Amino acid sequence: MQENLENDSLSNDEKQLLDELLSESNDEIAGYGAQRRLFLKQMSAAGAAILFTQLIGPQELFANPVYEPLISDLPASSMENSVRVGFKVNGASRSLNVDSRMTLLDTLRERLELTGTKKGCDHGQCGACTVIVDGKRVLSCLTLAASCESKTVTTIEGLAKDGKLHPMQAAFVKHDGFQCGFCTPGQICSAVALMGEAAAGEISYVTADVRKKSTSLKLSDEEIRERMSGNLCRCGAYPNIVAAIREVHTGKNTAIAWQFAADDNEKARSTGA
Amino acid sequence: MRPFKYSTINDIKSATNRLATNDNARYLAGGTNILDLMKEDVERPDELVDISRLKLAAVQPITTGANKGGISIGALGKNTETANHPLIRQAYPLLSQAILAGASAQIRNMATNGGNLNQRTRCPYFYEVSMPCNKREPGSGCGALKGINRMHAIFGWSEKCVAVHPSDMCIALVALDAIVNVQGPNGQQRSIPFEDYHRLPGDNPEKDNTLNPGELITSIHIPRNNFADRSYYLKVRDRASYAFALVSVGAALEMNGSNILTARIALGGVAHKPWRAKEAENFLAGKPATVENFRRAAEMEMKNAMTLEHNDFKVELGTRAIVRALSQAMKGGKHEELPA
Ligand SMILES: Cc1cc2nc3c(=O)[nH]c(=O)nc-3n(C[C@H](O)[C@H](O)[C@H](O)COP(=O)(O)OP(=O)(O)OC[C@H]3O[C@@H](n4cnc5c(N)ncnc54)[C@H](O)[C@@H]3O)c2cc1C
Ligand code: SF4
Ligand code: FES
Ligand code: FES
Repeated sequence: MQENLENDSLSNDEKQLLDELLSESNDEIAGYGAQRRLFLKQMSAAGAAILFTQLIGPQELFANPVYEPLISDLPASSMENSVRVGFKVNGASRSLNVDSRMTLLDTLRERLELTGTKKGCDHGQCGACTVIVDGKRVLSCLTLAASCESKTVTTIEGLAKDGKLHPMQAAFVKHDGFQCGFCTPGQICSAVALMGEAAAGEISYVTADVRKKSTSLKLSDEEIRERMSGNLCRCGAYPNIVAAIREVHTGKNTAIAWQFAADDNEKARSTGA
Repeated sequence: MRPFKYSTINDIKSATNRLATNDNARYLAGGTNILDLMKEDVERPDELVDISRLKLAAVQPITTGANKGGISIGALGKNTETANHPLIRQAYPLLSQAILAGASAQIRNMATNGGNLNQRTRCPYFYEVSMPCNKREPGSGCGALKGINRMHAIFGWSEKCVAVHPSDMCIALVALDAIVNVQGPNGQQRSIPFEDYHRLPGDNPEKDNTLNPGELITSIHIPRNNFADRSYYLKVRDRASYAFALVSVGAALEMNGSNILTARIALGGVAHKPWRAKEAENFLAGKPATVENFRRAAEMEMKNAMTLEHNDFKVELGTRAIVRALSQAMKGGKHEELPA
């Protein structure tokens, strides 16, 4: 096997990297890593040179032939303060070395190929990076990946099931809950978690009586707006975002705002106004 | 962000020991403040000790000691869980309202009770490392004193620093005479009255509070009180939600017939520490709960304000906010939509 890899086109650094990635004795790459090694070996049997060019750009390697993107793990020695962390993302177990400074946001986007989660401000002020960790909506830009050991993360990519959009995604599409779409993954993750919070009876600053026991809450538009205030939308799609959330929350089909607009135009034309 | 070592620990002792052996280590709880400041290069620890998994998250009744009948709130409990806890909602609704007035749902899901106390000022000069700031860089001067100071203090400031403490939760805690329980590197424990926990800037604005190096907040105690029927947290800000306070008021009243037995009034957005409006409180004790008296009390407190170039609006705003919060407390402390 190793001879296969003695390809003259590889520099010493590249050879070392490959060795590290394929090493049997590298036990700290647990579980998932073992599968990946097997996969790499199978691939290398098929053609070491091709394999290697791809390894340099792991994104490309993993983009198509394998449905689930594989972790582009990096050796601990390549970082000043490496932390080994394992967590679940959208149902799949992930385990990788991260620089201690790495946020969950950057880890999702740069290391796990989950670019649905967006970086808006990187300072907790916009909500674009909202993901769901252990059932709670949080900001991935202010979460260290290192602190996510054994946690369960759901991103926008993990909401659709069996090729069907999550009802909240479908409602955002129906109600045009976006314009440029940059804030949308954060809005939707936030809204999905909000449904759970309302069902659990969680209160907000605009809840009239915080002393009244609540089990399952019916949210007014004012409540929806307050509870979604952590998600900014520079395109100002707010009315449509509230409409989408209201529809999912109430379970009642509601008309689409732009249809009214079209109807009004139609009326205006026919009456000559 | 500068490189730092990330450490996990399993108990309080190992946490305080880490800080005792490394002056440049800091605790990491929810991370919502310290990571932000590290990205800005304002905080520069070389080690973060992750305390988020310490078993210090519980909200529970206090069953022994001086505060028996009160409630204990774990330092590592999340703001969301604290605000929603049935015991807090029922007996300390002012605290629920104050927590929920702060930040966003996502941030409250991350933010811990201890971290909320120790969050640092939002003074823009403090955040901008190219600006002078005595809090960040002692001796460099105060950029805000003669700069843009619309958001800054009107009580208790010094020429060295005019910043305000940004917390909403702390306004409720100071109004309710809470106690901060801490544990130091040698295992010694202290209980600090909330009013003495945060500091005025004086000559050392770099010190926000009276915590000693390495001390860890373990819990916050609130003594039992009779304010639950009449308390209200009012926050006035530049936009309806997800913004820091221009002025906020935590108000609580205990009645004796139609007269006020005890009034508690605390103000946010006005000082380097959560500000107790003691003059107003004293004036109201024994008086009928009328809007007229509320206004006189508020004016009495606010006449002591020392305004800066851009924040004299806080005097009238603060006066009206106190009257409104007290009136709302009298009506049972329910939230009403503010008229547009
Ligand atoms: C965009 C934005 C808006 C916000 N708006 C508001 C608002 O309107 N009102 C408001 O009140 N707050 C607001 N916040 C602030 C937020 O409430 C605080 O950041 C949060 O409470 C800090 O808690 P944490 O657990 O995340 O602290 P961390 O960031 O983990 O820690 C903060 C500091 O406390 C220290 N620390 C933490 N726990 C302990 C402990 N147990 N013992 C000793 N030291 C400890 C840390 O070392 C650090 O120095 C906002 C924050 C953001 C990012
Ligand atoms: S007010 Fe305080 S925090 Fe702001 S610039 Fe002056 S010294 Fe710094
Ligand atoms: S990117 Fe995280 S809140 Fe803006
Ligand atoms: S759709 Fe463009 S920012 Fe919200």
